[in-house]
Amino acid sequence: MLLKPPLLSLGLISATALAYEILLMRLFSIIQWHHFAYMIISLALLGYGISGTLVSLLQEFLKRKFHIAYPLFLFFFSVSSVACFLLAQIIPFNPEAIIWDSKQFWHLLSLFLLFSIPFLLVASAICLVFLSYPGQIGKIYAVDLLGAGIGSISIIILLYYLFPISALMIISLIGLVATLIALHETQIKHKEKTVSFFIILTGALVFLILQNQILNISPYKDEAKILNISGTKIIEQQSSPLGLLSIIESKKIPFRHAPGLSLYNTKEPPEQLGLFTDASNMTAITRFPDNLEQLSYLDQLTSALPYHLKEINTLLIVGAGGGSDILQAMFHNTSHIDTVELNPQIIEILSGPFADYSGNIFLQDNVHVYSGDIREFLSRTPHNEKEQYDLIQISLMDSFNASASGLYALNESYLYTVEALQLYLEHLNQDGYLAISRWVKTPPRDTIKMFATAVSALSNTLITEPAKHLMLIRGWQTSTILVKKSPFNSSEVHQLKQFCQTRGFDVAWYPGIKSDEANQLNRFREAYFYQAASALLNQSKKQTPYQFINNYKYYISPASDDKPFFHHFFKWSVLSELISLHKQGGLALVEMGHIVLLATLILAVISSIILILLPLLIFHLRSKSNTRFSLSTIGHLKLFSYFFSIGLAFLFIEIAMMQKFILFLHHPIYAIPVVLSAFMIFAGLGSALTSHILSQWSRRQLLISRT
Amino acid sequence: MKPTTYYPLPSFKAPFFLFLAFSLCITHQAFASPMEDYYMQKRQHMIRLIEQDVHETSQYLDTEALDEKVLKAISTVPRHKFVRPDTIEDAYKNHPLPIGYGQTISQPYIVAIMTDLLKLSTDDKVLEVGTGSGYQAAVLSELVKQVYSIEIITPLGEQAKSRFKTIGYKNITTKIGDGYYGWLEHAPYDAIIVTAAASHIPHALIEQLKAGGRMMIPVGSNFMTQQLLLITKTIDGELQTQQILPVRFVPLTGEH
Repeated sequence: MLLKPPLLSLGLISATALAYEILLMRLFSIIQWHHFAYMIISLALLGYGISGTLVSLLQEFLKRKFHIAYPLFLFFFSVSSVACFLLAQIIPFNPEAIIWDSKQFWHLLSLFLLFSIPFLLVASAICLVFLSYPGQIGKIYAVDLLGAGIGSISIIILLYYLFPISALMIISLIGLVATLIALHETQIKHKEKTVSFFIILTGALVFLILQNQILNISPYKDEAKILNISGTKIIEQQSSPLGLLSIIESKKIPFRHAPGLSLYNTKEPPEQLGLFTDASNMTAITRFPDNLEQLSYLDQLTSALPYHLKEINTLLIVGAGGGSDILQAMFHNTSHIDTVELNPQIIEILSGPFADYSGNIFLQDNVHVYSGDIREFLSRTPHNEKEQYDLIQISLMDSFNASASGLYALNESYLYTVEALQLYLEHLNQDGYLAISRWVKTPPRDTIKMFATAVSALSNTLITEPAKHLMLIRGWQTSTILVKKSPFNSSEVHQLKQFCQTRGFDVAWYPGIKSDEANQLNRFREAYFYQAASALLNQSKKQTPYQFINNYKYYISPASDDKPFFHHFFKWSVLSELISLHKQGGLALVEMGHIVLLATLILAVISSIILILLPLLIFHLRSKSNTRFSLSTIGHLKLFSYFFSIGLAFLFIEIAMMQKFILFLHHPIYAIPVVLSAFMIFAGLGSALTSHILSQWSRRQLLISRT
Repeated sequence: MKPTTYYPLPSFKAPFFLFLAFSLCITHQAFASPMEDYYMQKRQHMIRLIEQDVHETSQYLDTEALDEKVLKAISTVPRHKFVRPDTIEDAYKNHPLPIGYGQTISQPYIVAIMTDLLKLSTDDKVLEVGTGSGYQAAVLSELVKQVYSIEIITPLGEQAKSRFKTIGYKNITTKIGDGYYGWLEHAPYDAIIVTAAASHIPHALIEQLKAGGRMMIPVGSNFMTQQLLLITKTIDGELQTQQILPVRFVPLTGEH
């Protein structure tokens, strides 16, 4: 056995493993959906768990063969990181069919087990080093965690420069470099040159395979579906940790993207390009027309309401996207437009290669585009500049299909919390409006939850009669809520009625609304929106707002910064009712995010029992007679409980921190690596410190015993 | 040059071919019938399930039962001929199935309700935007005089066209292309069904709908129909929309 542990290769492979874990989250967000991020963490940990069992069962053998086993684990990790992803790309997993198609559960299981393989291999290598150098655990642990911390930050930097598939290639190649270093560190003498050559050859093969590899995006994602139409092609792609942006042109059949358009609209939208983020969430980049009149279709959306209530001079748009809201404001002659866009690459695209196409809208004198998060932008605004906007507008930020099927159910969103709304209100002038547009779903969810959030925000700002400060209208597809700091006046109410009448929109709330005015044109079975609004504003004689929220079959309690799950509408209490209606399509009302997460949890538990606990139990029972090496059952239980509890607590704190840090860092892809690396680096430092303290302590003990 | 000699067919050959053709027919029938019976039974079972579901949801669909003609149409159309070979065994299960190109064949229950809500007559002319597998058009064709169907994805449109020809649907006319402007040549229509995903409802389609006509739009993702949008054009040309949840589910509880 060597005296020094292979620290350099260990640090490097730990960095690679963590980078791989974060990269998988990115890759799965593109080819599938965002909520797979949770699954990746779970399967990485499963791999680590299985490795613990594997190494402990084969410890004597592996320790004897350390100089071969360690580099081999590293080598196979590097190869499997690519191979498993390529294999996973051909598994036709469709989360939407998981409830009625049992094959999907097996597909999910295959994905789950497939991706635990690279983590199993890398964790086995790390475990083996621990096992082989028991006297230097502190140092090894420190290098392992520091490496992991550095890896998780490095991948984010790398993703700014490389497409995810190229980043996968780099990760695999770094893994192979770590293998070469490991060969050197473990001092393999036998055929060293041949083995090194073979590893370099493998690297070349990985390079060749991945060089022309394309991502196999789920055929049910919007981008994949659009590309099936003749005459469509991707004309530009840019990638960053925030998302893969694809710009698609459709030469034969125009896009004509204008969700929420009135049925009475007669104008066709001008030529457009489709801007997709992670192969979904389409927004349109509209070719700037010769005549502004061609943008009149934008006046036929529910979101155009505030422009008809009074003249809007100062506007803040949350999320510039492809620029539709800016065009809407230009159509209404707004003199000052600020817009805040989270993804800097969208700004680059519209200020660079597609600036001419979009009429340089991001470069106009009266348009000011800021890169960053809206809450950070507003918090940075000096106090004396507060209360400046006539209108703050938050339009549809997510696609209907993904939103309606609950694929965002578990996404944190600090955009729609009570605290966020209060912040927006602070930045309105006294007669300014906050306009929020959402999709209309059947049964209603988003709009009602948004309305409840607005009521809470108004109440928190000490407004005694929120009913006088709110308006709600809807078409068949979208709704718009207006919140005003001062009460709406009769002129505004008159304008609202006229706006809705000419466009065929329904009024669901305005100060003084009568029940028979609601639900007239776009009819639901009952006047759900009006009933909800009046109950939430405590205008209903039958139910208090609290009772209404409790009784409603969807979770419509306002989201807060402590519970930032605006897209979470599902109540477990109605699951059995929806299951009983599954033949009529009742399960469409269950949010898929929950179902996939539940399926993942079930898989994780079953896999952990079968692959981690069961082998250990069998081994324990077999070696029970060998009392020299086995602890007592109580001892085992204590050991198990100790590590189980510490692991559970660690993860609980880590995941909670990740969610909380999204508020400060604005996106999970920043929050996750920052929290991960902070936890890893400081745990590593703690480990190094502990080993130092322990060695000091044992030296002191030795001195005491000698004296 | 040696003259070519043509020999007439021996006289026994004509009855032989007749016999062969007859035998083949019999054999085909012998094999085809059990399969057709098998699928017929499955279809009948599916119809019973749909009836049961509609009965349970009747209060919410404003109808006690589906129109007999709609049920008959669904029980006539061989759904298994509209699905991919790998999903043929699931053809009569009450859920959507993938048909390739990111598209699906709708859940039979939803097809039944959508067709019923269009309130069709035998003389009607129907426009379908989004042919897909062609199943919905086939069901409609059993009920109306003429169906016009437009598909945007070329391979799907071609498959559907050849399917209609093979099965023998003569009153379905298809074309591949853009459905945004409807199909002016054959307008106006008594009913329009838009199964293609659209960010809004084009004005041309509303224009091409007859006064008193109905337009049906299923809303949701491919596998999950969230709601049905029914647009009615009144005699005066006014538009009324109804958001229909095809499920017996009331979100509000308590008194309002």
